[in-house]
Parts: sequence; structure tokens; C-alpha cells
Amino acid sequence: MSSAEEIVSTLTKRDIFQTFVFENFQQASFNYETIHGLAFCVDMIPTIRRVYKTKEDQAEALKRHLTFFNVTPGVCGPIVGVTMALEEGKAQGENIDAGTIQSFKVGLMGPLAGVGDPVMWGTLRPILAALGASLAVKGSWMGPFLFFFAFNAIRLALKWYGLKLGLNRGLALVKDVSGNLLPKLTEGATVLGLFVMGVLVTKWTTINIPLVVSKTQNGGKEVVTTVQTILDELCPGLPALGLTLLMMYLLRKKVNPIILIFALFGVGILGYGLGWLK
Amino acid sequence: MKITIFQLILIFIWSSITGAGSVLDEFQTHRPLIACSITGLILGDPVKGIILGGTLELIALGWMNIGAAQSPDSALASTISTILVIVGSQSIQKGIAIALPVAAAGQVLTVFARTITVAFQHAANRQAEKANFRAIEWLHFSALFVQALRVSIPTTLVAIFVSPTMVQSMLNALPDVVTGGLTVAGGFIVVVGYAMVMNMMSVKYLMPFFYLGFILGGYLKLSLLAFGGVGLIMALVYVQLNPKFSKQPVAAPANSAAVSEDLAEDELED
Repeated sequence: MSSAEEIVSTLTKRDIFQTFVFENFQQASFNYETIHGLAFCVDMIPTIRRVYKTKEDQAEALKRHLTFFNVTPGVCGPIVGVTMALEEGKAQGENIDAGTIQSFKVGLMGPLAGVGDPVMWGTLRPILAALGASLAVKGSWMGPFLFFFAFNAIRLALKWYGLKLGLNRGLALVKDVSGNLLPKLTEGATVLGLFVMGVLVTKWTTINIPLVVSKTQNGGKEVVTTVQTILDELCPGLPALGLTLLMMYLLRKKVNPIILIFALFGVGILGYGLGWLK
Repeated sequence: MKITIFQLILIFIWSSITGAGSVLDEFQTHRPLIACSITGLILGDPVKGIILGGTLELIALGWMNIGAAQSPDSALASTISTILVIVGSQSIQKGIAIALPVAAAGQVLTVFARTITVAFQHAANRQAEKANFRAIEWLHFSALFVQALRVSIPTTLVAIFVSPTMVQSMLNALPDVVTGGLTVAGGFIVVVGYAMVMNMMSVKYLMPFFYLGFILGGYLKLSLLAFGGVGLIMALVYVQLNPKFSKQPVAAPANSAAVSEDLAEDELED
């Protein structure tokens, strides 16, 4: 296989920018059959229009990219970029067949979704949203502003530089992916994310169990011991931790989150009614 | 308060944007933090909108689209609950209690919308045969309207028919044990969101960092930003010190070879 770096690209700045704009609508036609299939094809339209001259070649390329595709939208850039490089190579007579292009797409889809989902949805958004929400609950405009601009700045940068990286590095990108960079990034983000989640669990969950365990007389003063005071002496936030771990277990057992939310509302109503929760 | 025709039009436009944003998941206009704030702004009480948005955002922290699966719909939940809180003059807590069943209903609606768009995919397949670029682009982007209307139609209907007395009498019919219970549950309902995020990230051997965060968060009175800084430093140090990521993976055997050579030399000298 010859390196895509040797290929002189015929794509114009406008083609690349248009692809970048299209990338921001990656889920517009989300459908259960091909997920982002139609979107990926649209991403490739500026390239296909530029590099293929005959109707037959164009139709072949379009059909090739209408197939199943799914990756975290934030990290689709490198895949689109590499595929652009491959299509350009193919159009210029390099020995690249349709199967190679498909396997590149699918091959990159897995690892990038593996990084993209936990980093974008599992770490970046919850942290920025939590930060924004902490300002918003006090009624500050900074909350929504911070969340919106910080998240979108990072997301747009990922899309633009991901696309450029994929396109410029072409085939060479594959080495990066199998190398150290992505696992390093994922693992570092996981450490940060888990730590922050631990903080959130104890700081932002309110469970108060005023259930009285004992009443003792101490020097004429009545000391009331509740479940809550015992738990607080052990370690603050223990009920929240227990509940979180229970929810994780149930979610892994494929229990629908909406059912869990309603069940917790049930617990709240029952506990309040019995006077165990306040 | 009464909603004017102008406000109604703005509500329709904004809820369409959140509906499109909800499927795109790019600009995050469908997140409660944004959707509630702007809806509040349109209705003339932005501060209430922001507070509701922040509160609902915390509950929705873990609502995310992974693979082909859908999360509860934060767009519809945000717009409708904001209208009920501001126009129906309800408390934030009651707004949250309304938002959750609406999110579940929105989830069902988006499943319908994503099934309808299969037809757009098939139409695009036919246009590809003719290499009709414009038609394919048009099919892709017009699918957004299905998702926009999914949110804007129910939202606008609620905005037209809601009246404070109606909402009030509906809520008054609820006994105290329910409203009090909902408020209590509102304090810890976020754990479902936490659990969803955790299940995504959780790698068994990294879980100590979660427990460290839990213990430090319980005992230290630092801001979340400071905790974020501590977490970032730990992440950097962890990656730097981890032998798994050392620059030359071949260095280890080479070193051990050198060590054994040294040992051999030592033995010779002895």
C-alpha cells in the first residue's frame, strides 16, 4: 500500500470547510437502519464531487458511503479525513479497493467510539454541565454561558483538527491509533472523570434519614441519635455512595434508567410518608 | 401570566431548535441548562429558567446517547417544564417532577422519529444510483424537521392551553405525601445519572480514584473547580508514571538484559 502522504490533494479549502460544516450535522438523519450512514455519505459529497469525474464513479462512491456508520459525533473528524484521503488516492489510481476503504472506516469506528463516548459523554459534558449547573442553580447567567461556549469550543476544535489530522496523515494515522496516544488520553480522562464523580456523589446528593435510633439522657440534656448522625460519623455521604453503586449494578443488569428514576421517586414518597426520609 | 402570540411564535421556533439539537447532540441546545434558560428568557423570567435548567441538568447529567440507544429526552422535558413553572407559576421542585415523565414521553417520540427517517435513508439510496448530490443532501437535512416538530408541536400545544389555575388545581389534588416525597427524592434522584456516567467510565483498576474523590469530597471544603484541578494533576501524574505508557516499550527487556550482563560481570569479577 502506498502512503497517502505522497498524494497531491486536489481538494480545495472550500471542500474541506464544507465537509467540516456538514460534520456538525452528523446525526441529522439518525435512523435505525444505518445510524449515521446517510450523514457519512453527505460528509463525503464535497470530496466525491471533486475527485470523481464520471457519473458512474460518483454513484459508486456515494453508494459505498451510504452504509452503516456510527461513532461519537465529536470524534468523527479523523475517520472522515482518512476516508477523504483514501477516496482521493483511489481516484488518482492508487491500488485501493472499496473493501479497504470500508475496513478503514469500520476499523477506526470502534476505537474512536471507545474513546469518544467516555471522553465526550462520560467526562467532558458531565463535568462542564455540572460546573455550569452549580452556577445556574444560584440564578447566574454564567452557568449556561460557560457550559455552552466551553463545550462547543472543545467540540469544534476536535472536529476541525480531527478532520485535518485524518486528511493530512491519511494512512499514517492508523499507526497513531494503535500507538500510545489514544489509550493514554482515555486513561487520563478516566482518572479525572472518576475522581470528579466521586466528589459529586458526596457533595451533590442530599439524603437525610432522621429515623431515631435512640434517645439518651446526658447530664439532663436529651441526646437524639438518628440513623443520619451515625452514618455521618462513619463517613459523610455513605447512603449516596451505596445508592450510586446499587444503581450502577441495576443499570448493568439492563434495567431502564427511567424505571430507576420512578422507583427512586417511589422510595422518596414512601420514606417521606413513613417519616424515615426528610 | 398570559402568553402573547409573539412569545408563542418564539416558543415554537426555540422548541424546534431544541428538538433538532436533541438528535444532533452537537451544540447542546437540548440540554436543560440551555433549553430552560432560553425558554425562560422568552417567557420573561430568565432567572427562574436558569435555576430550573441548572437543577434539571444535574438530574440529566447521565442522559446520553450511546451507540444507537436513546437517552430520556431532555429537550421536551426542558421546554414543557419551564412553561409550567413560569406560566403556571409552579415551584422548581414541581417543575422537576413534571419534567421526568415528559422526558420519558419524549424518548418514545424520538424512537418514532428515528424509525421514520429510515425512509429518508432508502430515498437517498435511490438518489445515489443517479449520483444526485443535491437530493442526498436535501434528504439528510430535511430529516431534521421530523425531530424539530417532535418537540415543537407538543411544546406549543402546552403553551397554548396551559393556565395557572388549571395547573394549580391539578397539583392541589396531589396529597402532601406525594409533593413532599418528590422533593425528598429530588435530593438523591441524581444518583441514577451518576451511575450511568460511572458505568461508562468505570474501569475496575481505576475505581480507587472514584473512592478517593468520594472521601476527599466528604471531608474537604474545596470548590468543584479546585477538585477538578486536583483530579487533572492526578491524571497527568498517573499517565506519566504508568509503565504501560513509557516511551519505549522495548526499553524494559533491554534494561533487564543490561542488568543481567552487569550481574554476569560482577560474578566474573568475584
